[in-house]
Amino acid sequence: MSADTNGILTGSHYLDGDHACSEGAIAAGCNFIAGYPITPSTEIFERLAWRFPATGGTFVQMEDELASSIAIQGAVWGGAKAMTVSSGPGISLMMEHVGLAAMSEVPCVFVNVQRGGPSTGLPTLPAQGDMMQARWGSHGDYEIIALCPNSPQECFDLIIQAFNLSERFRVPVMFMMDESVGHMTERVVIPAADQIDVVARRYTKLPADEYLPYKPGDDMVPEITKAGEGYRIHVTGLTHDERGYPVMDARCQRQLVTRLADKINNNVDEITSFVEDSVEDADVVVVSYGITSRISSKAIRAAREKGLKVGHLRLIVVWPFIEQRIRELASKVKAIVVPEINLGQVVLEVERCAGGHCKVISVPHAGGAVHDPQTITEAIVEAAR
Amino acid sequence: MTQATTEASDKIVNPVEQYLRTERIPHIWCPGCGIGTTVNCFARAIDKCGIEREKMAIVSGIGCTGRVAGYLNFDSFHTTHGRAIPFATGLKLANPELNVVLYSGDGDLIAIGGNHFIHAARRNIDLTVICVNNFNYAMTGGQVAPTTPVNAVGTTAPHGVVERSFNLPFLAESSGAAYVARWTAYHVRQLTKAMVEAINKKGFSFIEIITPCPTLYERRNRLGDGLARMQWYKEHSVIKNGAPTRECDIEFQNEIVCGKFVDKDLPSFLEVRNAQLENLRREGIARS
Repeated sequence: MSADTNGILTGSHYLDGDHACSEGAIAAGCNFIAGYPITPSTEIFERLAWRFPATGGTFVQMEDELASSIAIQGAVWGGAKAMTVSSGPGISLMMEHVGLAAMSEVPCVFVNVQRGGPSTGLPTLPAQGDMMQARWGSHGDYEIIALCPNSPQECFDLIIQAFNLSERFRVPVMFMMDESVGHMTERVVIPAADQIDVVARRYTKLPADEYLPYKPGDDMVPEITKAGEGYRIHVTGLTHDERGYPVMDARCQRQLVTRLADKINNNVDEITSFVEDSVEDADVVVVSYGITSRISSKAIRAAREKGLKVGHLRLIVVWPFIEQRIRELASKVKAIVVPEINLGQVVLEVERCAGGHCKVISVPHAGGAVHDPQTITEAIVEAAR
Repeated sequence: MTQATTEASDKIVNPVEQYLRTERIPHIWCPGCGIGTTVNCFARAIDKCGIEREKMAIVSGIGCTGRVAGYLNFDSFHTTHGRAIPFATGLKLANPELNVVLYSGDGDLIAIGGNHFIHAARRNIDLTVICVNNFNYAMTGGQVAPTTPVNAVGTTAPHGVVERSFNLPFLAESSGAAYVARWTAYHVRQLTKAMVEAINKKGFSFIEIITPCPTLYERRNRLGDGLARMQWYKEHSVIKNGAPTRECDIEFQNEIVCGKFVDKDLPSFLEVRNAQLENLRREGIARS
């Protein structure tokens, strides 16, 4: 279906990534935000406080991130499309409720404008150090989806995709921006509402006496309902059966937790999104994501000027990971170079998937700035030897 | 009329049963526990409230009382430890037509969830919070809580509590609650009435219910079984409607002041927010 025309600022704008994210959320149909101020994500939250009266959305500033991250889930059960926004320290507090959203299959979006960590770290400076936290930060086994925009335009475009994926799979989606992308101002083109695809919530049409809230469909995703519709649902973070009732045994745990993982892992091809540039005849491929992909493009140009055959694979959806594609590339190329603004996180997945078929070279950066492109070029030159 | 329907209409029906997920009974609560008594009162209160059944949602946190949501036959949400209030806040704001009732324990609402409790009261958001206070963490085996009176014992204070306990009515009132009452599991009629009032109250309403936990708190403190405790509540409760909440502290084995302490007409979060939206609409800023 198309986006609601109300509130969509169709046209060409000069926006920073944070504000573009807010506008994208409105376009996606987001009508509820709960949050708590934290640099460098606050502008997303502030813009929605200003914009929501005009679009019919509900804004609430909560007392902390624990509250924000569960208020959005109450809102989803009340029928809203909801998100929260934060950065490292706040995201750490939210992790319990990423687990609740995964367990009780609540479609919602967590925006993380990444900054340097651990702890209070570098509030105003970029990092990509939360990539593994996004995937594994809550306890137990579950899968989430994570997207990484590299420009204000993508903050707009991909937050819509984030909402759509959350609805499609009833899963929390982590929207992994970083301080550079969040505070970078560029042209953002907002399309007409009828050009924006919005995935509607998959509400059940079954009568109350036939509906089982956690009975999966063929795609392993159960249909949802909301409070006040007469279904008298029960929702719990405990291990539960198809009725949603707690069942404390290994069999129910296996069925539920396996399905939560499989509904994502068995649909990787539908979920993942990546962009390739000249990888087919490359000797070296750079795998990058987020702001680092833009630095990598410059580094790759410099390496090509030296006569090297360098390809670029940019991850747009980072989790679930494109295992199959990395395996194929690893059997063809000499080396894969992975620059990221952390001490080596996504590179671990690349290395695992490469399985020793090619060299995998990490180009780490501790955070606080983006890479100097030259360090990536040097890694490419070294890798091509 | 067929024979079968005549028989069915002659059958004595428990008035509470329709509000329970009977397929989940037996429940997990111990003999002599007071939580079931409060649920019975709650079901009877719902009957008297006259609100639409399908527009009521129950939210619980974690703990023995946290299991209430799972036994009540409404839309019900068993959330995370301490976070029932912010969940309920989101639910209420997303669908203001819902009557949202929180049902949880003292540890859940006041210790780990204490910050959410005071902020929800401050916002005066339209929620009813029912706090079952059994003076300890029962689900985990009887540890002391911020409500355990000084000198009482628990597994984490085997030599007696040295910290002052919270006076919940005072905490609720000073944080901004519009309705505050306290009853014990003995006072079933008054409690049922208070529940009706609290559910129909605009804004943040709060009921503390003192209940026995014979398996843990009463046993460790040698206070007898559930029945003995009911007798004790009967003899040691003092009903003081309108009592200043600052005078409602509970000391170990001292009198329990019960009653309706606060019943004020205060603008609720949604009233104030909606009035603001109305103004913005008049100025052409907000959508109708």
